[in-house]
Amino acid sequence: MSIESLDPDDVSAADILGSAIERREDPALITGNAEYTDDIQLPEMAHMAVVRSQYGHARIEDVDTSAAEAMDGVIGAYTHDDLAREDTPGELPFLLPVGWLLPSLNDVDHPILADGRVRYQGDAIAVVVAEERYVARDAASAVEVEYDRLDAVTGPGEALSGDAPQLHSDADGNVAFDWEIGDEDKTEEAFASAAHTASVDIDNQLLTPNAMEPRAAVATYNAGTDELDVSMTTQNPHLHRLLMSGVIGHPEHKLSITAPDVGGGFGSKIHHYGDEALVAWCSKLLERPVKWVATRSETYLTDAPGRGHETEAELAMDEDGSIVGLRVDTKANLGAYLSTFAPAVPTYLYGTLLSGQYDIPAIYGHVTGAYTNVPPVDAYRGAGRPEASFLVERLVHLGAKEMGMDPAEFRRHNFVPDDAFPYETQVAVVYDSGEYEKPFDRALEMVDYEGFRERQEAARDEGRYLGIGFSCYIEACGLAPSELAGQLGAQAGLWESSLVRFQPSGTVTAYCGTSGHGQGHATTYAQIVANELGIPYDDVEIVEGDTDEIPQGMGTYGSRSAAVGGSSLVKSAQKVVDKAAEIAAHQLEADPEDVEFEDGEFRVAGAPDQSLDIANVAQAAYLAHDMPEGMEPGLEATSFYDPDNFVFPFGTHVAVVEVDPESGEIEFEQYVAVDDVGNQINPKIVEGQVHGGVAQGVGQALYEGAEYDENGTLLTGSMQDYTVPKAEHIPEMDTDSTVTPSPHNPLGVKGVGEAGTIAAPQAVVNAVSDALEPFGVDGVPMPMTPERVWNAVEDNAAADGGGEDGGER
Amino acid sequence: MTEHDITLTVNGTERELTVDARTLLVHAIRDELGYTGANVGCESSLCGACTVRMDGDAMKSCTALAVQADGAEIETVEGLAEGGEFHPIQEGFQEEHGLQCGYCTPGMMLTAVDLLEENPDPSREEIREGLEGNLCRCTGYQNIVNAVENAADSMGSGAVADGGERPDDRPVTDGGETADCGEVPDDGTASGGGEPE
Repeated sequence: MSIESLDPDDVSAADILGSAIERREDPALITGNAEYTDDIQLPEMAHMAVVRSQYGHARIEDVDTSAAEAMDGVIGAYTHDDLAREDTPGELPFLLPVGWLLPSLNDVDHPILADGRVRYQGDAIAVVVAEERYVARDAASAVEVEYDRLDAVTGPGEALSGDAPQLHSDADGNVAFDWEIGDEDKTEEAFASAAHTASVDIDNQLLTPNAMEPRAAVATYNAGTDELDVSMTTQNPHLHRLLMSGVIGHPEHKLSITAPDVGGGFGSKIHHYGDEALVAWCSKLLERPVKWVATRSETYLTDAPGRGHETEAELAMDEDGSIVGLRVDTKANLGAYLSTFAPAVPTYLYGTLLSGQYDIPAIYGHVTGAYTNVPPVDAYRGAGRPEASFLVERLVHLGAKEMGMDPAEFRRHNFVPDDAFPYETQVAVVYDSGEYEKPFDRALEMVDYEGFRERQEAARDEGRYLGIGFSCYIEACGLAPSELAGQLGAQAGLWESSLVRFQPSGTVTAYCGTSGHGQGHATTYAQIVANELGIPYDDVEIVEGDTDEIPQGMGTYGSRSAAVGGSSLVKSAQKVVDKAAEIAAHQLEADPEDVEFEDGEFRVAGAPDQSLDIANVAQAAYLAHDMPEGMEPGLEATSFYDPDNFVFPFGTHVAVVEVDPESGEIEFEQYVAVDDVGNQINPKIVEGQVHGGVAQGVGQALYEGAEYDENGTLLTGSMQDYTVPKAEHIPEMDTDSTVTPSPHNPLGVKGVGEAGTIAAPQAVVNAVSDALEPFGVDGVPMPMTPERVWNAVEDNAAADGGGEDGGER
Repeated sequence: MTEHDITLTVNGTERELTVDARTLLVHAIRDELGYTGANVGCESSLCGACTVRMDGDAMKSCTALAVQADGAEIETVEGLAEGGEFHPIQEGFQEEHGLQCGYCTPGMMLTAVDLLEENPDPSREEIREGLEGNLCRCTGYQNIVNAVENAADSMGSGAVADGGERPDDRPVTDGGETADCGEVPDDGTASGGGEPE
């Protein structure tokens, strides 16, 4: 059931919050008037290209840039040694920092240009700057690198095995960290007394984010003022400013980062890579504008991939089918170096979600992070939470099977009950609010679950194999309380800041430190601000993505923009209203306590004819001819909003598939998504986020995977080899929602950016497992290509019916 | 590098320019002529972000040379709206929330216009098939399919019938293989490639 868009002109001011209005950012995007980073052209602009390692692991014996430098149109070629020169800007070390520390973390140096050794294919060795784009690339190809190749390792289990090549002298055995959560002894006891157990052995494969716009940056430097301006593909300009200022040694207040229109991110544009810092450094060195745009091949080689877990886990049940324990051992791929937030992803964003939607009295999770010869791994849509949800929902599927219970009933039996909220899990988080049966029942109704089981049986009699798969997911988002984040190792606060400013004429500009890249913030934030101030939606302008304009910010990731950024706007708007109320009271000659504010108007209680609308108050505030005593002129307010907790969206997704065991092909019959993301600011945008999220989850289940050979060479380095799903690959989705507001923020919102991606893979895998149940297959490794499905069926046939785990790995 | 003087008629305006033999059409349009609506996503014909129409056919401008387009009529997203009115495909994308980050959108819309000229009343499956050469990472495609249906409805109702008539035999364009609308090789891939029927 598709939600119908509304023209904002047809929505009354009182109804603007919560209306499915069309997006105001669309006219620029559908006419070619958008401005992405590569659209920026500056006079005298030079172009940078990066020389990258051909090999997954090697010592660099020599880098010869002379042939490149001799080419017509080449301005210069620079290696690590040039960063260290006295006549070049900045001082060593030019290392990329990690923004999340763990007590056991073995941090390692991450140079922006290789310092004698490369550790993944694509690791940057040198940069070349030329007058023209093509010449820069030609020159990069002309740089001669002499390598001494070393053995490589790409999987975390192998990297930690003790026999693998050692990647860093500061990380014995390639251990990046060793981390645990929950209560090991209590969990041991639960397993010792359990009546039943189920186990899995799962690979959650590496994925390439594949934002449609490749990463890019344009930097320009003014030597007279020492101002360095960088426009770049970023999800968090302020964070990039802070990190880049440290990396290249340029003062933060003289560095400006702007996000022009950004063509998708999915996490890949959060992290601070060396490339953008090198663009800024080159611009400073050459005192002219420099542009770099990644080729698609470079994005495959260098954009931080996500996931990359190898996990063994077990679920324990009592005789009635109540879950009594869960234990998890995960080896997580961190790649060659630690990316910006990498250590948080397989730990606090993963381990804390292991309870799923279930009341589990004992949980123990152990995660070992591994250095490997793949690009630094970091947050990709969902970041840790898809891995947790996948694991829990696969185990619950198998637990139901072990118990001989219907998978839907098994879930219902184990849900956290409605009266248990706020619910404290065994893995260090408190779920804010939830009614898990609400979306679950709605989803069962939408797929006609009882009818399905009858159809499934009838189809099996005809030799057709239908399957249904459930995913009752939970996520933690709205990243969030700074104090908690600090306790857990974050090297940054996770508040959000905004400024709401009236103009003297009564219109408003609101600035927010988040930085949207497709989510429609210009629309939804204007809905929030217009609602708070009671002014027309069209009178509100939203500004994001510019460190010169916006006071401070933490950016857009972790489905935090509405919950944290939106709430910050509410807080700023409320401060504006508070000040305006005092001015209004003064002008109306009333006691401020008697002034009420509603629908944009200040009224004196009991004297309805005495009123002033807020736009008039704004005018008075800037005229400042008659202000309350001691009050400053002007009408604007800044806030830093720091919530008390994460928010915890939840929902049920159900996939119904038909599998052809003879060909291994999987066909969707239905895909149902019922999500509870709290209050919705714009239901059309919520629906779009769910659709897109599900598509990426279906992509993981069926099509996607970054694969490397034993030398660390990427085998899936183009869109020819890595299947980004096409329109034909994605099923039609039936979406609906329930609404359980979050009690933690003034909007009651939770977050929707990642929900679909977290929910979808296990719905599809469980559906295929259900379909292939007659063949004894349970658990085809992702991506479930026809070949893998066919092999799973054949292997089990060969083993005469097969066993429990059908070979998940 | 040999330079060539070429003429491109972009959105009805004739433009003369000098390009290197190797200059890609997309870079000529974007960097030389300033039509930045065509985006570069993959430089290999696979993603479709760079789709423009050349002599009436949608094509991938990232794998055609500018010199191959000498004398051609090029339509970019900047030419879709006429007289201040959005084209029905633009209205469709806006009304149906058929875009998020917008990077694939110009190419997606131009392919869709091409599709609707060939098949004014496509089924949802035909739309999905017709868009196989254009990738979107944001929307999950469902609202794109809705947008194309929306445009088909308004174009069918006569809102904009302009250019709807097309001969069955499509002329072969000068761009050779790369000029074929939306045709990309199947994924014979290491990571997947299985297509649900």
